[in-house]
Amino acid sequence: MSVDQATVRRVAHLARISVREDELGHLQSELNAILEFVEQLADLDVSGVEPLTSVVPVELPMRADVVTDGHCPEKVLANAPDAEGGFFTVPKVVE
Amino acid sequence: MTLHVRPTDTKKLISGATGDWEVVIGLEVHAQVASNAKLFSGASTAFGGPPNDHVSLVDAAMPGMLPVINQECVAQAVRTGLGLKAQIHLTSVFDRKNYFYPDLPQGYQISQYKQPVVGEGEVIVDLPDGESIPVGIERLHLEQDAGKSIHDLSPTQSFVDLNRSGVALMEIVSRPDLRSAEEAKAYVTKLRTILRYLGTCDGDMEKGNLRADVNVSVRRPGEPFGTRCEIKNVNSIRFIGQAIETEARRQIEILEDGGSISQETRLFDPTKGETRSMRSKEEAHDYRYFPDPDLLPLVLKPEWVEDLKAKLPELPDEKKARFIADYGLSPYDAGVLVAERETAAYFEQVVDGGGVKRDGKAAANFVINELFGRLNKEGKDVTSSPVSPQQIGAILDLIAEGTISSKIAKDLFEIIFTEGGDPRVVVEARGLKQVTDLGAIEKVVDEIIAKNPDKVAQVLAKPTMLGWFVGQAMKASGGKANPQALNDILKAKLGI
Repeated sequence: MSVDQATVRRVAHLARISVREDELGHLQSELNAILEFVEQLADLDVSGVEPLTSVVPVELPMRADVVTDGHCPEKVLANAPDAEGGFFTVPKVVE
Repeated sequence: MTLHVRPTDTKKLISGATGDWEVVIGLEVHAQVASNAKLFSGASTAFGGPPNDHVSLVDAAMPGMLPVINQECVAQAVRTGLGLKAQIHLTSVFDRKNYFYPDLPQGYQISQYKQPVVGEGEVIVDLPDGESIPVGIERLHLEQDAGKSIHDLSPTQSFVDLNRSGVALMEIVSRPDLRSAEEAKAYVTKLRTILRYLGTCDGDMEKGNLRADVNVSVRRPGEPFGTRCEIKNVNSIRFIGQAIETEARRQIEILEDGGSISQETRLFDPTKGETRSMRSKEEAHDYRYFPDPDLLPLVLKPEWVEDLKAKLPELPDEKKARFIADYGLSPYDAGVLVAERETAAYFEQVVDGGGVKRDGKAAANFVINELFGRLNKEGKDVTSSPVSPQQIGAILDLIAEGTISSKIAKDLFEIIFTEGGDPRVVVEARGLKQVTDLGAIEKVVDEIIAKNPDKVAQVLAKPTMLGWFVGQAMKASGGKANPQALNDILKAKLGI
């Protein structure tokens, strides 16, 4: 599997990373090198093998349906670049 | 897969300028899970509250915060799946759905993509004309709600409140089995009823706790599916109907003019009565799903699922069948009564005369025609009814005993509705008892006959005139004369 320049441009855009046109070629070869490396895994026959989701035998931990958190708007907003009246404020986004 | 294909129903077709069209509809309903805390954090799900107050650092996506799933939200999804007669998947997986929007601080929504917790099921939808259609459920999965953006507080900025961020939603996806706006409305109504019976979602559409994305396409009968458009976030049952009608018309017009439909996301504007394209959302459709590395697969124990199943309440279809079988109700009346769990419970309390069951049909008629009619007029529902089921039961007993006529019963009900009181006491105190004293009725009848010799002549020639005499006698007795006795006496006195 390999990606073309158009795909690199699209992936960058979807990730909101600004990439100059002259950087695309370089990124394309880097990404393809990574993909090629990962592709070695395809040589293994894993038919009938359950995907490994954890290396230790643990189950998904669960919480009880109890309110134990929140009521800390000052903490939530502490690092906000911009806030007003308890809200985060961002440049206007309208449909 | 249980792919059932609905044959074309000619009643449901829309006629265009060049022939008939069939509308094909599928819905994705987003139902907020009824829970105290959020899906992956301990913050409250309560509606409203000061901005960013019901928010934990997990919901705000602070670095290093990890999600821990709320077991009750999982139980609610499983209960809903069981209520939809659906497959429960004992292993399911949470995935990240990646997109950027200011009210989605994580930059992704935790959702379920390839392995949802609930698989295929079915809902029986009851249409107003009495027809019932099965609608396939494709899947139900759990996901997080986003925050809320407010655009009208400033000319240059959008305000973001994360109180809803991370609240658990169930997305319930139907098969494209619906063929008209009417059917789609009936489907959402039924789904809402089931959710409310189960207690897994309050169904409050005004608060946005139940909303739908509507997929609409049109085709010539018998042809393959046409290209569909998705109308996002429609938040009332009436608007769902309007959006479908509007969108189907738009697509038919384009196709009849020789154009083609492009698959896109649209928005319904109820004030303008039109749908319009949301072009900005188009490219965001590449969500690059992948399993969330912060969450292990959700594995359910079969006995836990069985336990939830054993504790499910009686659901509307079963209750309706029981009302028809046990109380002899018509399917229509039974359907009206089971539409809300509270209404059905009220009716059953009316029927329950303390050991002796009252007549189900009479109780249903009175509850549906008198009580619901009166409550509607006041903008109330049974939960805020000023008349208790016991008071209605007492009125029904008075009719059944022949103490009051059914006409007087309506007046009595009005008194109880506005003033309250024990119906038996009110009947005594206000002299509402039906007159069965034959002597008193005879006296009234004699007077009317004596005063109206012309009418007597007419009724002898035309016996249907008897109704006039019944009316006069009823009026003279204040509506209290026993109708059967009155009829018999009149016939005897007039010799007809």
